[in-house]
Amino acid sequence: MTTAAAIGARARASERNWRRRLGSLPTHVVIIILLVIWLIPTIGLFVNSFRPSTAVQSSGWWTILFNPSELTLQNYSYVLSQAGMLPGFVNSLFISIPATIIPLFVAAFAAYAFSWMDFPGRNVLFVAIVGLLVVPLQTTFIPILELYASVHIDIGPIQINNLNGQFLALWLAHTGYGLPFAVYLLRNFMGGLPREVFESAAIDGASPVTAFFRLALPMSVPAIAALAIFQFLFVWNDLLVALIYIGAANPQNAPLTIVVANLVNSLGSGWWYLAAAAFIAMALPLIVFFSLQRYFVRGIVGGSVKG
Amino acid sequence: MDPRLITAVVVVVGIPAVLVGYIAATEWVLQLLPQRARPRIRPWLWLTPALAFLFVFLVYPTIGTAIRSLQNADGTKFIGLANYAWFFSDSGTLSALKNNVIWLVLMTILCVGFGLLIAVLVDRVRYEAAAKAVIFLPLAISATAASVIWLFMFAYQPPGTAQTGTLNAVLTPPGIGPLPFLTISGFSFNTILLVCVMSWMWTGFCMVIISAALKAINPELLEAARVDGATEWQVFRGITLPLLAPTLAVVATTIIITALKAFDIVYVMTNGNFDTQVIANSMYQEMFLFSNFSRGSAIAIVLMVAVIPVMAFNIQRFQAQEAIR
Repeated sequence: MTTAAAIGARARASERNWRRRLGSLPTHVVIIILLVIWLIPTIGLFVNSFRPSTAVQSSGWWTILFNPSELTLQNYSYVLSQAGMLPGFVNSLFISIPATIIPLFVAAFAAYAFSWMDFPGRNVLFVAIVGLLVVPLQTTFIPILELYASVHIDIGPIQINNLNGQFLALWLAHTGYGLPFAVYLLRNFMGGLPREVFESAAIDGASPVTAFFRLALPMSVPAIAALAIFQFLFVWNDLLVALIYIGAANPQNAPLTIVVANLVNSLGSGWWYLAAAAFIAMALPLIVFFSLQRYFVRGIVGGSVKG
Repeated sequence: MDPRLITAVVVVVGIPAVLVGYIAATEWVLQLLPQRARPRIRPWLWLTPALAFLFVFLVYPTIGTAIRSLQNADGTKFIGLANYAWFFSDSGTLSALKNNVIWLVLMTILCVGFGLLIAVLVDRVRYEAAAKAVIFLPLAISATAASVIWLFMFAYQPPGTAQTGTLNAVLTPPGIGPLPFLTISGFSFNTILLVCVMSWMWTGFCMVIISAALKAINPELLEAARVDGATEWQVFRGITLPLLAPTLAVVATTIIITALKAFDIVYVMTNGNFDTQVIANSMYQEMFLFSNFSRGSAIAIVLMVAVIPVMAFNIQRFQAQEAIR
């Protein structure tokens, strides 16, 4: 190639490069506009949660830009001490942690059986679980409410009349509701593990129990982490299931979502407190999101058939 | 010490211990059986806890609800399809049904449309990860919290006073507002607002999945088309979009189901008032406001029937996936 041709080619390339950059300007503008639209509502609420009630009632959150001095923690201290947000937070933890752990174990056992054991009806059964993924929870509420109401346990220190209103009611229900997705996700992951590993373990005389705890579980940690985060946030953010099984029966056990929903209705004259309340309810999901975003996204992508 | 804390520790340590103990015990029980029977019995022992939960919490209640929907209010007598006749003639539930159709159509268009747009756009910029995090963020929070966020966005003050809601502050200077959002009558406007809130939450879901599919497209294919002189739009229409079609169908079904079951946002923001009622909220009210479990059951079964096509689609897709596995 002659020098002149090379220079010409380089000039054309650089011109193309410039055009591409200029051409991508609309792309940046559109993205920035969308990001602003998506962020503004949350930022507005965040700012409002620190503003004194008089300011929230008389001006918008953006006035903070011109008057940055007026900030207070008073809203947070009010909703934590007076509006039941602190007990709500504790209740949400009491509900969410067992309701995450139980289905994880139960699903892992089932997923292992579906992946590495042979039995008649394996495919039919798994297809049935795929079908159960989208069953609306609404179709289960009434019979389970009645089932829970009929529970009578009286063994020594444990006395339960009517499971409704108890944390146990939510732990069990969320386990059942979360299982189709959990089994589906874990089975897809475990089934993709290398066959040789399990074959050589069996040749070495390892029992399925050993192979499960020593091989399958440790190798499935990414899927289990994704699932744990997904299930935890699902339960933490749930309003409907908690309303049904805890709701009116025992307000003392109400999770944050119910407390906040009730505040929306009862704080007609004190709606400015809602910003702080909502942020307390969002705190844990936001921390989980920012620290474990990779796993969270993996859980969502892995389960794109869940309704 | 809070006695509940003790309970919690017992539960968090005890339940896994019981479950692990159960699986360990199965092997011990299997030792008592003849060698040849073990592989046949073992899978069922591993499946028992899951199948028990699925049966008690999903299968049995669905059947129970279907039966209950054919009974009278206190569940003592079969009354045929009267509850369904009520559902399809009552003005309240019919407007809920109409609103759910709006939810379904509009939310699918908004979420899949914006999800696709954002996934394609951010694919071309260096700050892709940060941009995706921003769009995805609302999915991590509860619909209850999202409702509060948007109640503040929609806040309305009478004309003449300073607007505290962001939207009205934007709309008032050019003379469009202030609008009493969520209490406007006509055109199902309030329902559309609620759908926008839900779409704000779920667009990130569509974007993440579409983006993953986008990255799986062979770049050489696109480059070849560009070399042949295709414009960016032609590349998108002719290659990218057809290759994304199966993914778009999958995210659309997820959004459809989410829209059908919409509850939290309606319950918190309007409680079904101002022409925003939806099926899930009318079922809740039938159960706890009017104590009519049978009508509630009929509503639930209508929902169930509505998701059956999606269920069939999922199963079909799963089987196609398994065939190439």
